[in-house]
Order: sequence, then C-alpha cells, then structure tokens
Amino acid sequence: MPVSKITKKLANFICISMAVVPSLVFADYKLNMTQSVTAVGNDIYNLHMLVLWIVTVVGVIVFGVIIYSLINHRKSKGVMPASFDESSTVEFIWTIIPFIILVGLAVPATKTLLKIEDTSNPDLTIKATGWQWKWEYEYLDNGVRFFSNIDKTSNDARQRNSGTDPYSVKNYLLNVDNPVVVPVNKKIRILTTSNDVIHSWWVPDLAIKRDAIPGYINESWFKAEKIGVYRGQCAELCGQDHGFMPIVVHVVAENDYNEWVVKQKKLAATSAASANKIWSQAELMKRGQEVYSASCAACHQANGQGISGVFPAIAGSKIVTGTLDGHIKIVAKGKPGTAMQAFGTQLSVGDIAAVVTFERNAFGNDTGDVVQPSQISRQASGGLNHE
Amino acid sequence: MSEHHAKPTGITRWLFTTNHKDIGTLYLWFAFIMFFIGGGMAMVIRAELLQPGMQVVDPLFFNTMTTMHGLIMVFGAVMPAMVGFANWMIPMMIGAPDMALPRMNNWSFWILPFAGTMLISTLFMEGGGPAFGWTFYAPLSTTFAPQSTDFFIFAVHLLGFSSIMGAINIIATILNMRAPGMTLMKMPLFVWTWLITAFLLIAVMPVLAGAVTMMLTDRNFGTSFFDAAGGGDPVLFQHVFWFFGHPEVYIMILPAFGIVSHIIPTFARKKLFGYASMVYAVAAIAFLSFIVWAHHMFTVGMPVAGELYFTYATIMIAVPTAVKVFNWTATMWRGSMTFETPMLWAVAFVFLFTIGGFTGLMLGMAPADFQYHDTYFVVAHFHYVLVTGAVFGIIAGAYFWLPKWTGHMYDEKLGKMHFWLSVISVNILFFPQHFLGLAGMPRRIPDYAVQFAEFNFMSSIGGFAFGLSQLLFLYVVIKCIRGGEKATDEVWDNPDGLEWTTPSPAPYHTFETAPEIK
Ligand SMILES: [Cu+2]
Repeated sequence: MPVSKITKKLANFICISMAVVPSLVFADYKLNMTQSVTAVGNDIYNLHMLVLWIVTVVGVIVFGVIIYSLINHRKSKGVMPASFDESSTVEFIWTIIPFIILVGLAVPATKTLLKIEDTSNPDLTIKATGWQWKWEYEYLDNGVRFFSNIDKTSNDARQRNSGTDPYSVKNYLLNVDNPVVVPVNKKIRILTTSNDVIHSWWVPDLAIKRDAIPGYINESWFKAEKIGVYRGQCAELCGQDHGFMPIVVHVVAENDYNEWVVKQKKLAATSAASANKIWSQAELMKRGQEVYSASCAACHQANGQGISGVFPAIAGSKIVTGTLDGHIKIVAKGKPGTAMQAFGTQLSVGDIAAVVTFERNAFGNDTGDVVQPSQISRQASGGLNHE
Repeated sequence: MSEHHAKPTGITRWLFTTNHKDIGTLYLWFAFIMFFIGGGMAMVIRAELLQPGMQVVDPLFFNTMTTMHGLIMVFGAVMPAMVGFANWMIPMMIGAPDMALPRMNNWSFWILPFAGTMLISTLFMEGGGPAFGWTFYAPLSTTFAPQSTDFFIFAVHLLGFSSIMGAINIIATILNMRAPGMTLMKMPLFVWTWLITAFLLIAVMPVLAGAVTMMLTDRNFGTSFFDAAGGGDPVLFQHVFWFFGHPEVYIMILPAFGIVSHIIPTFARKKLFGYASMVYAVAAIAFLSFIVWAHHMFTVGMPVAGELYFTYATIMIAVPTAVKVFNWTATMWRGSMTFETPMLWAVAFVFLFTIGGFTGLMLGMAPADFQYHDTYFVVAHFHYVLVTGAVFGIIAGAYFWLPKWTGHMYDEKLGKMHFWLSVISVNILFFPQHFLGLAGMPRRIPDYAVQFAEFNFMSSIGGFAFGLSQLLFLYVVIKCIRGGEKATDEVWDNPDGLEWTTPSPAPYHTFETAPEIK
C-alpha cells in the first residue's frame, strides 16, 4: 500500500481513537449493533442495549471502587493495611444482587425468544440451501428457484493482488448476482439446509442468523417493515471461500414482488428452451469460460491447475481428456464425499454443455470435442432432477 | 526420592528428569516457544486483515492460520504453561518434596514436544494443514478436510494423554502429599484452583478423545457418526465438542484465578478477602461449566425449551464470577498497595477479565446471541478472557515467581515497560473487535467489506505492537535467569505461603522433611 495511504489510515486511526474513548459505545451506528427493520429485531436490539447498560453501570461502580482504592490505598501514601478478611453479610449481599439482576434480564430474554421461535402462519416460505460457496433459493409457494453467487466485480477484486482497489467496488464482497426478493410487511419463513458443510444464513438488518446444516431443515422468519436492500454473509466457517458467499435480500412492494416472480418464471422457460438449440464451438467456449469462472475456478483455479493435494487439476486430467460420458457424469452428478458438487442440479443443460466443451479444449486439453445441450439432457437426466 | 540427591547434568538431566522443578521449567519453556509460534500465526492473520483486499496469503492458508493459531495457543501455550506453574509451585506450596508420580510426570511432559511437532508438521503436508477452525466442526473436518487431518487427530490424542496424566498427578499430589496440618481449607488458592481444574481435565479430555476418534473412523473406516447422508448427525459433533470445550475454557482460566489470588494479597499487604467463598465460587463455576455447553450453538436450531434452559444456566455463571471480582476488590480495599510488575498485571487482569465476563453475559442471552454469534464480538470476548485473562495471569505469575525460580530479581524497569506496552496495545488490538462484530463482521473471514476497514486497521496495529512487546518479555526472562540483583528468600514484603520459606533460588530438592503447619 502506498505510503500516503498508510499515513491517511494512521490519521484516521488517531481520530477514531480520540472519538471513541469519550463517546463510548453508544454514539455511532458503526459502533453498535445494527438496528433492524423488523419488530423482533427491535426487541433483540433493546435487549442488547439493556444488558449493555447494566454491565456498563456495574462496570462503572466496580471499576470506580477499584480505581479509588488504587489511588488512595497505597503504601506510598502511608496507609496501614486494614485487617478485615471476611464478612458474611457483605458476601451474602453481593451474591444476591447479581442474582436479582439476572432474573430481571431473563424475563425480557424469554419473551423475545418465544417471539423469535414462533414460525407459524408464514405468508411466504423460502428454502435457502448452502453450497460451497453460494446460496440456492427455492420459493416453495411458486417454484421460483435460483443460485446466488458473489458478484463478478467483487470476486475479481478479491483475488490475491488483483490490482483492483476494494474501495472502487460498490458493496465490495456484499453483492450477489441474483438477490432474494421478498414483499414488504409479509411474514417470510426461511428454511435453511445445506448440501455439503455447515453454513449459516445471516442478515443483520433482518436479525436472523440460522445455521444451514446437511440433513437438517431449520426454520426462522422475518417480517421486514421497510422497503430496501439488506446485506449479510455466511456466518459459519464453511471452507476456503467462507468469506465470499454473501446474502442480499431486496424487500420490495408487493406489486414489484409479483412482477419479479413473473419475470423469473419467463427466464426459467427461456433457459429450458435453449436446451434444444445447436451452438457453435465459439459460443460454447465463450459461455463455458464464464461458467467455469463462476462455478469451477474457486477449487480448480482459474488456470486449471487445481491445488495440489486438495483440488485436482483440470489441465491434463484423466477424466477431462477421457470419455465424454465420464466427464459429463462427474460434472452433472459430482463425486460424493468430496467437494465436487453435482452441478446437474445447479446449472442449465446449456451451461453444462458449455463448461464441458470449455474444459475439454482449454488448459492444453485440446481434445477438439464439442458438446451440445441435447447430449447433456440424455446423459444427465438423472442428475437434473431436483431432490 | 532418596536416590535422586545428585543433580545430573547435560541433556540427560532434562530427558530423564523426574524433578518437579525441572519438569515445570520444561513445561514453561515449551509453552513460551508455542506462544511465539502461535503468536507468529496471529501476526499473519492481522497482516492479511490490515486492509481490505487479499494481499498476504490465500483464503485457504488464512483458514489454516486461524485454526493452528487457536489450537497452538490453547493446547500448546496456555495449558502447558498452567501445568508448568502447577509442577513448580504445588509441591512447594503444600510442603511436599515432589509430585506424587514423578516418572509419569516426565512422560506427560515429553509427549508434548512430539504432539506439538506433529501438529505443526501438518502445515508442510500435501493439501495443507487443518483449515476448519480450532473447533473443527464436522463435516468440514471429516468429509471435506485435507489428508493431514489424521495427523491432527493423532496429535490431539497425544495432547489428551499428556493432560490426563498431568491431571492425575496433580490430584494425587494434592490429596496425598500435603504437609501435616494443611487441611483442604488451609490450602493456598492456586492449589485449590488446580485441584478443581485437574478434575475438569479428567472429565472432559476423554470426551474430546471420543470426538476425534469418531472423526477418525468417519474419515477412514466408513462410519457415519457425523455424516447426515449415512444417518449420522453433524450437530452431535458440536454437542460432544462443546461438552469438552466449555469446561476447557475454565481449565485455562481457573489457575489464573489462583495466581491472581496470590498476587493481590501480597502487594495489598492484606489477607485475601473471603477465602472460603473464593473456593466455593471456583467449585460453582466448575460445576456450572458442565451444564451450559450448548450456549455455543444457539443457532443450530435447538428447541425453544433448550434455548431457554441454556440461557438461564449460562447467565448464572455471572454470580460466582462476580463474587470473585468483588473479593479481589475487597482485598485491595484499604490495603497498603505497591505496584511492582506482578501486581500491575494482576490489577489489569481484574479489569480486563471483567470486561470479558460482561460480554460473556451478553453472549449468554440466546436472543441477542443470534446477532453476536460467529462475529468479531465473540472473537473480542474470548480474547479478553483468554489473553487479558489467562495469559495475563500467566505473565503475572511468571514475574511473581521468577525471583524464586532463578534467585535473581527481574529488571523492574523493563518489566513495567513490558506491562504498559502490552496493556495499551492489547486493548487497541481487541477492543475495536467488539465494534466490528456488532457492525456485522463475521469471524474467520480473510477479507471484508470496506466499512470494516478502520477498526481492522486499528486492531492490526495493536496486534503488531502487542506481538513485539512480548519479545521484551523474552528478553526480561533471559536477563533474569542470567543474573541480576540477588533475591531474598521472601522476595516480596512479607508474603504468605510455604514457597517463600525456601531459599532463592529454590534448591533442587525442597521440603524433604515436611514443614509444620500451624
Ligand atoms: Cu458458508
């Protein structure tokens, strides 16, 4: 980083240090818990503030006593040590007072918790499935289903020494290609589960954090009271790209939501139609490279070399340069028990055809094969069923 | 013990030693080395997080660093340091000639360097070292982990053997070898805290061993304890891990409570306030530590009754913890205090550990934890407890007993400088992390959105300063071993305890005839 930037940072750092110390924790949004846009989120925020104030008051009293003692009860002031070392009364009082405070805290905590866990009567249910390293959303009420990856600009900028300044990227690391869209003032139930390791679906403004665990379906809910865009991240360590699977929720008016659903359904229909089209090799290679960067490069690397001992290379791979059937099968169905996912459930047949063509002709694999979407449908139809 | 009167020399003295002081020294040096290795990893982490964007390492290696930093600091630095103190001080505090099982003592130490080397060697294996966090949640640590994980599992088994043997030895020593007249309720608090800690260790290390063994068979022998696809349960792993993990936190902090309970009365020139309630509070904390584990897992989707129970049980820990802080405060109250280096560290411990306790109370409330969980707020919390708690306790104890161990006074000026540099930098390091967590920064991420940049920069600068300050500690310790003002037998102004009745440096064998306790 250039020297001028470091000096700027240092200056900021000194300013912040001076600002933080006197104004304590309460002044600035960035210093405190996010104020949510849901009623339950407000209860959580209030509970947080209540505990924060209690510990602050207790802290001021206890630390005040200690500091008074440190200043006044020192040998250098000629103080002789007192000789008391026990007092049942005092000890009883200072055991019972914290106990009473805790009971006082338990009451609002219980009330809030009961509200959080009441997932009954939702207006809309969305299933969020965690994948290494993206989210899949399925609207159970209307069948809309899509994957949500980190946006390309952030993803390019976050590569090591990419040369792109994160400050120049809008919503760096907190933006996705396909956001979740929900109507305002409706009770949205989120079901979380996972396809591989444990993830956690967290949006601070909606005050939801719920783990996505393979074999489990967890429930949580929110009712956003304000139209807006709310951003969050995966909160449970889920491997290499844990830091790069953001969550974006657009809360919109009901009309806009309905329009969005119609549009999504049209998109799905177009994608299904493309399965019958015949593509040129150049078209397949171009699309294949895009799919490869979005879905494959995280593990197999942009240069196709993989990571030794962790993720196999595509360049010179036996599978990729071997039979077409074997190659399509592993892409569509994955390899159970490894990080290799079943992309048959994630990508359209067109995209699978494109990425297989790409892999067979890139990184020095020059097999010359061209794969058409129609070949994939036959091949991988089993893998295209969604569980 | 009579055959051990001649003091052997050279490398064999250390390899074959059964002397509690030698073994204590070995443990302390091992911990010190690990502290610097784990600290070096923390520097890598803070260097990557200095500014947004990826500059220093790749994401996978970053995860390896956070994982190894945690494992090394917990199992390599803090725990062995506490066992080192136990070895050196418990026999001298209870008037015993040595530990009850001296040969096992040798073995429980010498397992450690092998386990530690094996753990660190995973960094150089194909596929890299463990990168699944020090909590190694399945299935990330089973199905999705690198080959080196099997070496990690073996290292954890070895560390567990070592800890259990150490704990058995400590219990046997305390229960059987106290000088006549030293009843349980006359034992120094450090001895009490270690007695309780040793029982915690024996109770939970086998649980950890069970967890890693299930991992091992899931990985290699086709079982599916933690694999949902085979009928197993990934959440079971977390229950088992935290049944170990929560008491583990107290294993690291209770001996530090003991150390501080010796230092504060010494420099306040006043008896510890509420000795009996201190003992009961430690016992209560240890008991509660077994029944609160799931507060680490509020977001896994427990039934609401479970969330309520774990909230109530967890916040109850605040009661005995508060009692301890009040007792230390009352000990200082109307004392005649001086502020030599050990006292400075102990007073900082009381302040900063209490801050960690406050955030612990906040985290214990399930509804609020849904926002705090897995953020930097948690990272700030447990570093206040473990660094400004356990590690400050260790450093305080080291300054307190160094003159007894070496026969020389440490350099008071440098010791104080070490203290002030550390206490300022550690707060620049960890306090801003509270803000980061509240503002929404998840933990264990190698890169972050730009709104988190300022506090991360601040935290990293604090981190580098704190790391460098510890080199000064190393210098002070070496300087003190090599020479310095001659320490008196009592070292401090009329301190309480049998260890101060021995010469400085403590001779190779002490209390070969048991002292009389009034
Ligand atoms: Cu994730």
